[in-house]
This record gives sequence, C-alpha cells and structure tokens, in this order.
Amino acid sequence: MTDPKIPVTEDELHAYVDNELPAERRGDVEAWLASHPDDAERVQSWRTMAEALHARYDQVANEPVPKRLELERLVQPPRKWVYGAIAASLLAFIAGGGTGWLLHGATATPSAFQSFTADALDAHRLYVVEVRHPVEVPGSERTHLQQWLTKRCGWDVFAPELGSTGLKLVGGRLLPGPAGPASFLMYESASGERFTVYTAKASTETTQMRFTTQDKDGALFWADRGVGYVVSGTSDRERLTQVARMVYDQAEKNGG
Amino acid sequence: MSAFRQSVEAMIPALRRYARALARDADIADDLVQDTLVRALRSERLFLGGDVRSWLYTILTNLNKNRRRSLARRPQFMPLSDNNPDASGTEAEGRDIARALATLVEEQRAVLLLVMLEGLSYREVADIQGVPIGTVMSRLARARAHVKAALEGERPALRRVK
Repeated sequence: MTDPKIPVTEDELHAYVDNELPAERRGDVEAWLASHPDDAERVQSWRTMAEALHARYDQVANEPVPKRLELERLVQPPRKWVYGAIAASLLAFIAGGGTGWLLHGATATPSAFQSFTADALDAHRLYVVEVRHPVEVPGSERTHLQQWLTKRCGWDVFAPELGSTGLKLVGGRLLPGPAGPASFLMYESASGERFTVYTAKASTETTQMRFTTQDKDGALFWADRGVGYVVSGTSDRERLTQVARMVYDQAEKNGG
Repeated sequence: MSAFRQSVEAMIPALRRYARALARDADIADDLVQDTLVRALRSERLFLGGDVRSWLYTILTNLNKNRRRSLARRPQFMPLSDNNPDASGTEAEGRDIARALATLVEEQRAVLLLVMLEGLSYREVADIQGVPIGTVMSRLARARAHVKAALEGERPALRRVK
C-alpha cells in the first residue's frame, strides 16, 4: 500500500474498475471505498453497467457469422479494364455521353473527388506551361524519381511507360495533396502535347471513373485501394482515355 | 488463408458486437462491419504490422463517425424505442442500456464500449481515437455518469440530433 494520505482520485476509481490501476494502489482505493459510500455506490453502478452491456450485446458475438461477412465473398476480384463500373462509364464517356461535370458552376458543396480533381488540374495547368522548370526530377532518373516519391508518399509510386502512345516521361515532383503528399508526373509527346498523372491518398468511395473539363484541359479521375489518380491533358476524350487507360493498366500491374 | 486474413476473420464476432452497440440497428451495424472488412482486406499491403485488433476497431469507429456526419444534414429526432428485440435479460433492461447509450455523444459512446464491452486498455483506446489517455479517461468518466443517470430513470427526452 502506498501512503494512505494520498487521496484517491476520480481517475483512480475508474482505473480500479477497469484493471488499469497499479497494484500498489489497490489497497488504498479499497480502503477509500470502504469509507466513502457515495463513491462506492458509483463504482458499483459501473460494474452493473458493464453487466448490462454484456447481457445485452454479448449474444451478437456468439451468433454465427452471417454469409455477407464471409471473407471469401468480400475479397474483390482483380480489377480489369474491360469490365466493371469504370469500363462502363468510360465507354459511355468516349461515345460522348456518360458522367461528367464542369468545374465551374459545379454544385455548392463539391464532393471529395471533385475537389481532388480540381487540385490535380490546378497542378497540371501550373506546370505544363513551364519551359525551363516543369519538373523537379527528370525522367532520365526514373528509378530515383520513383523511389523518392514512394518514400515521401507512402504507396508504391510507379511512372508508367507511355512510349507506345508517343509520350515520354519528362519527370516528376512532389506536391501537397488533400490528405498528405501527392506525386506528380509529367509526360510529353514530340509535338509538345503534355499529360500529367497526379496521385494522392483519397478517402472517396467513388469507384467509377469521372471526367471533367476546364477550358481546353480534360481530366479523368479514379480511385483504387485508397489512392486517387487523375490523368490530365487534352480535352479530346478519346486521346485522354487512351492515355488514362495505359496509366491504369500499369498501375494495376505494378501496384502504382 | 494468410495469417493476416485469419486474424481479421477471428475478429468478426467482436466487431459485430461493437458495431451493434455503436449503431443500434442490426443492418447498419453489419454494413459497418462489412465496410470495415473490405477496407481491411484491401489494405493488407498497407498494414505495416502492429495490432490487427486495434486497427480494425479504428477503421470501424471512423466509418461510423463518417456515416453519422453524412446523416447529420437535417435535424432529426431520435426514436424512443430500440428497433431490435432484446434476446436476454429482461426486455426493459436491454432497452434501457441501449437507450442510455443513445444519449451519449459519439466519442463517449465509443470509449465506453471499447473499454467496458470490448475490454480494450486505455492505451489502446487512446490509439484508436487518436487522443491522449487523459482525454480517453475524461470521456469515459462523462459517459459513465450520463449512462448512470439515464439508467436511474431520468425521463428520456427527445434528443435533437444535430
């Protein structure tokens, strides 16, 4: 027993009931409760409260697990470009319809993915006009670029290979994202057309691909495994989709 | 099944219990558990080790917070009666504890349940809620005081939920 003259605190009463009290204080608390009936009554009421909670809810833990919560059912099949919600919305998108919205004149409270895409488009428009300093680390240092961005961002950042669509990696930089760092990669063609790939942690539930335009720029957004991706570039839907599709395919394969 | 998946699966009954006490409605509770499991399985790569149990409770607690935030668009009145039948104890007692829980603000309800129903330590709850242990203890003290008052027959009033 410690010095019994140290008065027992409110916190200690709770800790006593919750088995969080250091052993040497137990005696003091018990002595206190013996001589303070009001506190003893409260402590007893907490014990009764715990019994009531267990009586009411323990049976839920004893029920058989419902089918809908079986892990096998919940594990998602690998995402394939050609089926699923993303593909459906993309096909509609190329055909000229489908989901889309304009950044200006959007609804009063932009959703998570709308502001995410707005951030990415802002970055796109800011940096694609740069002649001397479009990126921080050049594409010639691809390995270092990927390692650096992966380390700062916390997920596997992978710079897709877009040569087959005429785009070479200019390089990349680190940006502030909505919930932590964002990785930003820039590609350009021989004719000077530029595309950017912006990725950051995204808490949105959206799994469909979303499209937006702002003046002459277009952007496609999707989220996968807690990371949001925005491919920005031309507002030409077919071209933008072609590039985004390659980025998506390679991210899927490389965990990017 | 991987060790990770096995430890997630082993937690399903406890998560269902916690979710049911947190959300009251059985369907909403299982929705929360389902969303928690989906996220957990999807984030296997991102789980850097540590306590799977605490991590799962954290996901569920945050999902409920988000769910309630998105529900809170307009003022609603809480129903007086629990919409689930009580299976053990007297019916009245079961309704009372559920009703008493409903009078708590969310952080207090979560702390009370995590400590008293799920048996987590103060340290674990502090990590789950992302607050210092002192904050956990003051939430617990307030939660216990409110529930005690509710159980002792203070007239349950219509509570305006913001």
